[in-house]
Amino acid sequence: MSVSKHVVSLLLENESGALSRVAGLFSMRGYNIESLTVAPTHDPTLSRATIVTSGDDRTIEQITKQLNKLVDVVRLVDLTEAAHVAHEMMMIKVRASGVQRDEIQRLSVIYKGKIVDVTESTFIIELTGNSDKLDAFIKSVGDEQILEVVRSGVTGIARGERGLKV
Amino acid sequence: MELSGGEILIQSLQDEGVEYVFGYPGGAVLHIYDAIFRQQQVKHILVRHEQGATHMADGYSRATGKPGVVLVTSGPGATNAITGIATAHLDSIPLVVITGQVTSKYIGTDAFQEVDAIGCTRPCVKHNFMVKSADEIASVMKKAFYVATTGRPGPVVVDIPKDFTAPHIKIPYEYPTEVSMRSYAPVSGGHVGQVRKAVELLAQAKQPMIYTGGGVLMSESHHELRKLAQELGYPVTSTLMGLGAYPASDKQFVGMLGMHGTYEANLGMHNCDVLLAVGVRFDDRVTGEIEHFCPNAKIIHVDIDPTSIAKNIGVDIPIVGDLKVVLTRMLELLAQDSRRANPEDIARWWTQIEEWKSVKSLAYEASDSVIKPQYVVEKVWEVTKGEAYVTSDVGQHQMWAAQYYKFDEPRRWINSGGLGTMGFGLPAALGVKLAYPESEVVCITGEASIQMCLQELSTAMQYGLPVKVVNLNNRYLGMVRQWQEFQYEGRYSNSYVDALPDFVKLAESYNHVGMKIEKPGDVEGALKEAFAMKEKLVFMDFITDDTENVYPMIEAGKGHHEMRMHPKVGELS
Repeated sequence: MSVSKHVVSLLLENESGALSRVAGLFSMRGYNIESLTVAPTHDPTLSRATIVTSGDDRTIEQITKQLNKLVDVVRLVDLTEAAHVAHEMMMIKVRASGVQRDEIQRLSVIYKGKIVDVTESTFIIELTGNSDKLDAFIKSVGDEQILEVVRSGVTGIARGERGLKV
Repeated sequence: MELSGGEILIQSLQDEGVEYVFGYPGGAVLHIYDAIFRQQQVKHILVRHEQGATHMADGYSRATGKPGVVLVTSGPGATNAITGIATAHLDSIPLVVITGQVTSKYIGTDAFQEVDAIGCTRPCVKHNFMVKSADEIASVMKKAFYVATTGRPGPVVVDIPKDFTAPHIKIPYEYPTEVSMRSYAPVSGGHVGQVRKAVELLAQAKQPMIYTGGGVLMSESHHELRKLAQELGYPVTSTLMGLGAYPASDKQFVGMLGMHGTYEANLGMHNCDVLLAVGVRFDDRVTGEIEHFCPNAKIIHVDIDPTSIAKNIGVDIPIVGDLKVVLTRMLELLAQDSRRANPEDIARWWTQIEEWKSVKSLAYEASDSVIKPQYVVEKVWEVTKGEAYVTSDVGQHQMWAAQYYKFDEPRRWINSGGLGTMGFGLPAALGVKLAYPESEVVCITGEASIQMCLQELSTAMQYGLPVKVVNLNNRYLGMVRQWQEFQYEGRYSNSYVDALPDFVKLAESYNHVGMKIEKPGDVEGALKEAFAMKEKLVFMDFITDDTENVYPMIEAGKGHHEMRMHPKVGELS
């Protein structure tokens, strides 16, 4: 069976220990975890988590079933099954001096990035979008210019009426 | 009613109808122990090691179907309990384990006897709760019992910091009558359409098998299983965990399947065309090499836990639901629809199974000079008329007990199947004996396993629990030795027990009765004598054949059709 990437979205009880149950499940059963984001929702008793994982169909089925079995997991959806938006945010600190400054600015405009910090020798550019776009930006800037990269990991939501509600 | 946190905890156990708490006091639980002291209803059993407490509660639960309750202190109390918690977890046994925790303001400071009990137990519980205030205790206890006993049961840990149980802080107490958790909703009925499809498939079978497991016992659906199997007339096999759900002495029962299953059960699996799997999880000890598993079968799998389905083996008709509900629906559908499998096909299948049965895969070489362990188990079965509660430890003796003690009733066979915990048998037997003081309770063990929780002989003395210990003493870690014989050319690395105690004197030192039996001719008499001593724990040390192996055996990487049989199979009766 072929391995594919899945974006799984969870509503969790906003309780201490809930996140460690989710993370522990992945390490305990040897499932891949590419990224995990979590934060409280507009309902403070609930947290929303987005997990990017990969596996063959049977593994993904087990992952969603095992997650559902966790007592702290309230609802779950595999976003990959239908139309969805899955974005992440990146802040990238790059060396920017002399002619590089113009070049980086132009590149940042092309990628719809935002320069959020400027010093004599560096820029911090904030960029959101799908992971491929972020990867492409990193590649365009080039390793030599990059000082630091911090990415949020993917957060996702289903398009239209479909969604996660209690 | 205003109570302290410690009193609330004990009062909530009373309100749950708990009879026994198995535990061991320590600093973090002293307030709770004081609350225990000041009441009569919940009886506390003082163990000698926290592992023993969890196994006792576990044995009590397996025999009665009620949740087992454990109370231990923080730190080492909690960590010692973990083996027993994991044992219950792998066999889906409902336990509520209360662990004391250091005073809340010291949490995270590496305080004396502090351990992160929630973190340590997380991978081996169904769920755990950290109590965050005294007024949360009652509702958390209600949830703990609810989660432990519903759906696929399992152990639940409740960790309570010491200050929340303090006697001077009184708060109003009311035990919740109901519990609802938005994140936990166990399933009940199976999908009606799927059940119908399953019944239709069963009616088309030519070579069917019914494969049953511990889930049948947990859901109390052995009556439904028996009716269904008898209605269909199909052969029934069972996992180690499910023995007794279907009567072993019934003609449709073909014995246990899997690594040490019978020839007829395993070949039945390998050759079947329709497999009805109920309350099982396709464990590796059952399936053998997955690649070879049931190559021609359409599989119906009924289980309450969706994660059990298609975890190890793909299935054709998955049914998630409570077995009792699903099996009842199947019976209703069969009553409405008279279509059945072709009787000639089924008769032909039975002829084939009888042929496999005639190989006598459980026959062993009798001896009048050395005691054969299988013989001892057969005699235990005879002397107890097959009615005893039998606990075991882990290894060869466990397999022989499963193979030669024919369990006709559910909840009589009590062993650690999933985790395979040596040391389980004796404390589990004590838990069973507390639940059923009038019944015979036998612990079939080995000289290695028994030494892993031997200290509980002292608990048996304190509470007067006259269980019978059948020690099959072969001076080896028998199952390890067997694998070393088969797979490591007889290099018996560290499998020989070279410094055994005198078990007779040891038993006597606890005011129990000790017996040493060395000749086959003495086995039956010794058992009769021991079982006649109704008021005494009798430790029977049987000196058995040190070279005996468990047959048949499916070795690693092999399928059901590749069993290793007794070297003299066919010549033995």
